[in-house]
Amino acid sequence: MHKNIMIAGVGGQGIIVAADIIALAAIHSGYDVKKSEIHGMSQRGGSVTSSVKFAKKVLSPVITSGEADILLSFELLESLRQIHFLKDGGFLAVNNMKIDPLPVAVGNFEYPPDIKERLLSIVGEKNVLFVDALDSVKSIGDVRTMNVFLIGAISSKIPQIKSVSWEKAIRERLPEKAFDKNIKAFEMGKNSR
Amino acid sequence: MEKALLSGNEAVARGAFEADVKVAAAYPGTPSTEILENIAQYGEIYKEWSVNEKVALEVAAGASMAGARAICAMKHVGLNVAADPLFSMSYIGATGGFIVVSADDPGMHSSQNEQDNRHYARAAKIPCLEPSDSQESKDFVAIGMEMSEKYDTPVLLRMTTRVCHSKTVVKISDKKQWANIEYLKDIKKRIIVPAHAKVRHAVVEERTKKLIEFAKKTKLNKKPSKKSNFLVIASGISLYYAKEALPEMDFFKIGLSWPLNLEAIKETTKNYKKVYVVEENDPFIENELKTAGIKVIGKDVFPQVDELDQEKIAIALKKDTALKVPVKGLPPRPPALCPGCPHTGIFYALSKLKLPATGDIGCYTLGAFPPLNALDTTVCMGASITNAHGIEKAEVGELSKKIVAVIGDSTFFHSGLTGLANMVYNRSKGIVVILDNSTTAMTGHQGHPGTGKTLHYGDQEIIDIYAVVSALGVKDIHKVDPHDIPSVKEAFKKALAFDGISVIIAKRPCIFLVPNRSYGKVYSVNTEKCIGCKICVELGCPAISFKNRKSIINPFLCVGCGLCASLCPTKAITFQGGANA
Ligand code: SF4
Ligand code: SF4
Repeated sequence: MHKNIMIAGVGGQGIIVAADIIALAAIHSGYDVKKSEIHGMSQRGGSVTSSVKFAKKVLSPVITSGEADILLSFELLESLRQIHFLKDGGFLAVNNMKIDPLPVAVGNFEYPPDIKERLLSIVGEKNVLFVDALDSVKSIGDVRTMNVFLIGAISSKIPQIKSVSWEKAIRERLPEKAFDKNIKAFEMGKNSR
Repeated sequence: MEKALLSGNEAVARGAFEADVKVAAAYPGTPSTEILENIAQYGEIYKEWSVNEKVALEVAAGASMAGARAICAMKHVGLNVAADPLFSMSYIGATGGFIVVSADDPGMHSSQNEQDNRHYARAAKIPCLEPSDSQESKDFVAIGMEMSEKYDTPVLLRMTTRVCHSKTVVKISDKKQWANIEYLKDIKKRIIVPAHAKVRHAVVEERTKKLIEFAKKTKLNKKPSKKSNFLVIASGISLYYAKEALPEMDFFKIGLSWPLNLEAIKETTKNYKKVYVVEENDPFIENELKTAGIKVIGKDVFPQVDELDQEKIAIALKKDTALKVPVKGLPPRPPALCPGCPHTGIFYALSKLKLPATGDIGCYTLGAFPPLNALDTTVCMGASITNAHGIEKAEVGELSKKIVAVIGDSTFFHSGLTGLANMVYNRSKGIVVILDNSTTAMTGHQGHPGTGKTLHYGDQEIIDIYAVVSALGVKDIHKVDPHDIPSVKEAFKKALAFDGISVIIAKRPCIFLVPNRSYGKVYSVNTEKCIGCKICVELGCPAISFKNRKSIINPFLCVGCGLCASLCPTKAITFQGGANA
């Protein structure tokens, strides 16, 4: 068993924290884990990816094209940009959020209008989940729980991780006072299918 | 034994703690920054953000000379700044263990070049350790300290981005108390005037011989037990890339990449049909082996440019042809100045006034890109000021008469001070804009002398940039709020008219220092009133988009700085208040 999970999105969306939570949950479920991310320039609103790999023994920390079992995308355009990482038969979860890159904002490029259709034709209907994480977490009153909601949304696709491990990881990685809100977000995400 | 999921940087910090390091110094720089940030959690270690890497290395060198264990950390290009004392310290050696961490950036995720700092180890004749994961990043600190003390040498711990920023499982141990070595004055060793240095050079050459003997027996290198006809020699993260891509081959792991255990490698390679060297960027190990007459395959098949990974290794050996390729024709998403960034106003004014500008290293380098297009050059830390001075002295007409240098506050303390002193001393006529956002923003908001925030002591009195600039002899100094565009333009006009050096201090805190920014206020556009002039769009605020000839503001991104509203000619942009949830 080897599980490769890739998270894609835009700098500032909480991607690195989300990947940390998945990695910690995998460790608490008894696996060797390697997690990879890139800081710096990419955090300034650029494209960001982070990878989590877990298995009995993991070698390379990075996921290359066609190697991801799960691609979790925090933004629509970024899911299309990183879709080649997903392996055939892999699972794609996409947050229905559009953030215009600057070249689109200033009118030099058009934001692709047909992203969902293109993703469906690449991945196939039964392996795609589109979720409205931002709308869903508004009722919690903290948009920063969006990333944990999205982890909840893919959690059923990672049966190797025990539910107590998720809880433990969330408690470990996030501030104490945010715990209840995030557990709620996680549960909401889990039920979003 | 406790297990933890640590990044390579966190692991180096833990290693420093466990090895009882007394002094740690660094200048922040991706991918090295988190080393000192994490050392900060260990109260007993003295730690500082030095004003630049040369200073950091010299601080650690001082502690080592005094007999304590010391570490300094920097990104690869930082070692260029610190190269001068590094080479001297090779001659002086170490008393307390002395490790210099170089975090190289293959793939240039946030750097201006892809230099391979193993060359520094060889050039300075000091050992180079290359950890492959976080466990080794931690362990190699203790091993490096012992080597440093035993062989009387600084040790280079060469990390790369993927080792620094990958989190892998680490076994945590307790601190091993280590008593400082008693300080004995020894000017023949520590004052490297020529007469002493000549003697020291011979000592260094003797040391290298001893290090080669050490290389022969150290467990840092791991010989294979023969199963295959093919051998891979690899160091650092490349080892794991290669192991994943080529599971059927045998591996010779290199943990000590200078000096190499050439004897053992030569002996081992005899048993194989083909020997590959897998390493990122330069053919460092490959060339050493080839020079020693060992036949290997390296950069003739594996790429020298960019980061390596298991896929690239497989492709190089044509093991994998059915590759998935990225979707083409998508709009790029380059990094940009943040919504509400205080630098935006200065760059907007610069581009409207069409002033050429030399840039520097920091977030504000992003002002070079559309729609602001506000910078002409970026070379290295501090070069904005010295480049502008050179352009002015070149006397090439209009360009030389109105050149502007922009430099951040942290960068100003790093190496802007010397450049400005040089301008004053050599009668320059340029304009220097100090973009003072009260932090070192690019690397994650570290303190510097202008902020009064130290890593070790908490708050400290601020060194006032205005007072410093004035003390250097600058007569024409303007203080502006970069979001007050009319006053910024006014300051530029006055500075252009001034016959001499002008300094404009543009002060406004980084938006990340503003409390509750993401819950703050939101502005929005009244489409009825918007005439589509695009003035707000030209600010390059990522929250503003232009659609159907009107501008719109993304409430998820807007932080309510109000700059766009202040510029809109029809007052179409107004404050909405409320949380943006
Ligand atoms: S500055 Fe005002 S009028 Fe011009 S595009 Fe922006 S919102 Fe519209
Ligand atoms: S107020 Fe205007 S300039 Fe400031 S963050 Fe919001 S959209 Fe951007």
